[in-house]
Amino acid sequence: MILDPLQRLGRSGISFFGRLGRGNVFLLQTLAGLPALLLRPGLIVRQIYSVGVLTLLIILVSGLFVGMVLGLQGYNTLADFGAEESLGVAVALALVRELGPVVTGLLFAGRAGSALTAEIGLMKATEQLSGMEMMAVDPMKRVIAPRFLAGFLSMPLLAAIFSAVGVYGGFFVGVGLLGVDEGAYWSQMQANVDLQDDIYNGVIKSIVFGFAVAWIAVFEGYDAVPTSEGVSRATTRTVVHSALVVLGLDFVLTALMFGD
Amino acid sequence: MVQVRNLVFARGERMIFDGIDLDIARGSVTAIMGPSGTGKTTLLKLIGGQLCPQSGSITVDGENVPGLGISALYKLRQRMGMMFQSGALLTDMSVFDNIAFPIREHTDLPETLVRDLVLMKLQAVGLRGASNLMPNELSGGMARRVAMARAIALDPMMVMYDEPFTGQDPISKGIVVKLIHELNAALGLTSIVVSHDVQETAAIADYVYLLSGGKVVDQGAPDSLWESASEWSQQFLNGEPDGPVPFHYPAPAFRDDLIGGGRRA
Repeated sequence: MILDPLQRLGRSGISFFGRLGRGNVFLLQTLAGLPALLLRPGLIVRQIYSVGVLTLLIILVSGLFVGMVLGLQGYNTLADFGAEESLGVAVALALVRELGPVVTGLLFAGRAGSALTAEIGLMKATEQLSGMEMMAVDPMKRVIAPRFLAGFLSMPLLAAIFSAVGVYGGFFVGVGLLGVDEGAYWSQMQANVDLQDDIYNGVIKSIVFGFAVAWIAVFEGYDAVPTSEGVSRATTRTVVHSALVVLGLDFVLTALMFGD
Repeated sequence: MVQVRNLVFARGERMIFDGIDLDIARGSVTAIMGPSGTGKTTLLKLIGGQLCPQSGSITVDGENVPGLGISALYKLRQRMGMMFQSGALLTDMSVFDNIAFPIREHTDLPETLVRDLVLMKLQAVGLRGASNLMPNELSGGMARRVAMARAIALDPMMVMYDEPFTGQDPISKGIVVKLIHELNAALGLTSIVVSHDVQETAAIADYVYLLSGGKVVDQGAPDSLWESASEWSQQFLNGEPDGPVPFHYPAPAFRDDLIGGGRRA
C-alpha cells in the first residue's frame, strides 16, 4: 500500500524523462531535415501561409486591443504624475519587451500550435505518415521539418506585427481620445526605445518562443496516441505546455537581459 | 521474392510471431489469412521494414530488410507498393495529386509526363473521371482503388494489400478482387494479400498461409486447404463459431460465477 504512490511517482518520472528524451531525438531529426528544405521553398511557403498568415487576424485584433488597454491604463497612471507625454514610450516598451513576444507566443500556441498538433496527429491516426514511409518519403523531411520551420519563422514576424499594431492602439486611445500630444507620443518613444536593449531583446524572445512552441506542437502531434482521444489530448498538451514554457522562458530571458 | 525465416516478433510481453517461415514466390498472389489480431498487418510492416523483428531474417529481392540502413531501405521501398486498409490517402490533396505524389517525390519527370502516368494508373483502376475529387468525396471502395493506383504509381516489383476487402459492398469487393488479379498479371507484380475474407482471397490467391497464435498453422494452394485435415483450418475457412478457437473467452465455470453472487476472483 505504501509503495503504491511511490511506484506511481516512479512510473510518471520514467515516463516524463522518456518523453523528454524522445522529444530531443525528434528535434535533432527535425533539424537534420532542414537543409533538404532549402531546395524546396514551396513547401515552406505553403506552411508559412497556414501557420503564419492564417494567424494574422487574431494577432492584429489582439495587438490592437492590448495597445488600447495599455494606452488607457498608462494614461491614467502617468497623468497622476503629470507625465502623460511619456505614454508613447510606456506603451512601446511594454509591447516590445514583454507583451509582444509573450502574448503572441500564447496566441500562436492556441491558434497555430494546436492546429499543427491536430493535423500531424490525425495524419498519424489515419496512417498517412505510415503511407509516406512506405512510399519511401521521409515524413520528418516532408511533413515535420517544413511545419517546424514555418512556425519558427512566423513567430518573430507575428510578434513584430503585434507590437506595431499595439503601438497604434495606444496612439488611438492616448492621442485620439485622451488628448496626449501627438508629437510627444512619437518623439518620447523615438528617444527612449533603444534598438539594442529593447527591440533586439524582444526579437530574441520571440525567436526563442517560436522555436519552443513549434517544437512542442510538431512533437506532440508526432508522438500522439493514434486515436481521436489521443489526438485531442495531444492538442490540449500543446496549448498547456507551450503556455507554461513561454511564460517560464520569458522570466529566464528577462532576468538574463534586463536583470543587471 | 520474399523469404521469411524463423521470424520472432513480440510487443512487450505479447508474442506476435514465434519463429514463422514464409516464402512468397515471384509473380504469384500470396494470401496471408487468419483471424483478427493475429498480426497479419504487423507482418506486412515487418516486410516493409517499418518494424524490426527480435530475431530471424526477412529477405526481399535478395536484401535482408532488418539489416538495411535507412537510405537502402527507402531505395527498396521505391520498388514496393502498399495499399493500407484505410487507404491512407493524403487528405489535403486531390486524387490526381495523391497518385502523382510518389512520382513527383522520386523523379524529375516533366509535369506533362507525370499527368500521363497518373491518368494511366487511374484508367487502370477505372477512376480517371474522379481525378479532381478530394479524398473526402470518395466512397470507401473508390478510396481503396485510388490507394491501389498510388501503390502501383512507381511500377513496383511487389504490392502488399492490407485487408483490401474489409468493409466493402459486394460490387466494390468484386472490383478489388478483379483489380488485384489483373494488375498482378498485367504488370508482372508479386502480390501479398492480407485478409480474413476467405471467398474473395481464395478466388485470386495462388498460395495461402493461415496464421494463428504466432504460428503458421496451415499452408498450401487454396483448393488443398479446403481438404485440409486441420480442425483449425476447417473452422476458419468455414466460419464455424466454435471449435479449436472457442466461442467463450476463458472464464471460470458459469455455475461457480453465478453462485459466487457477483464476487469476482
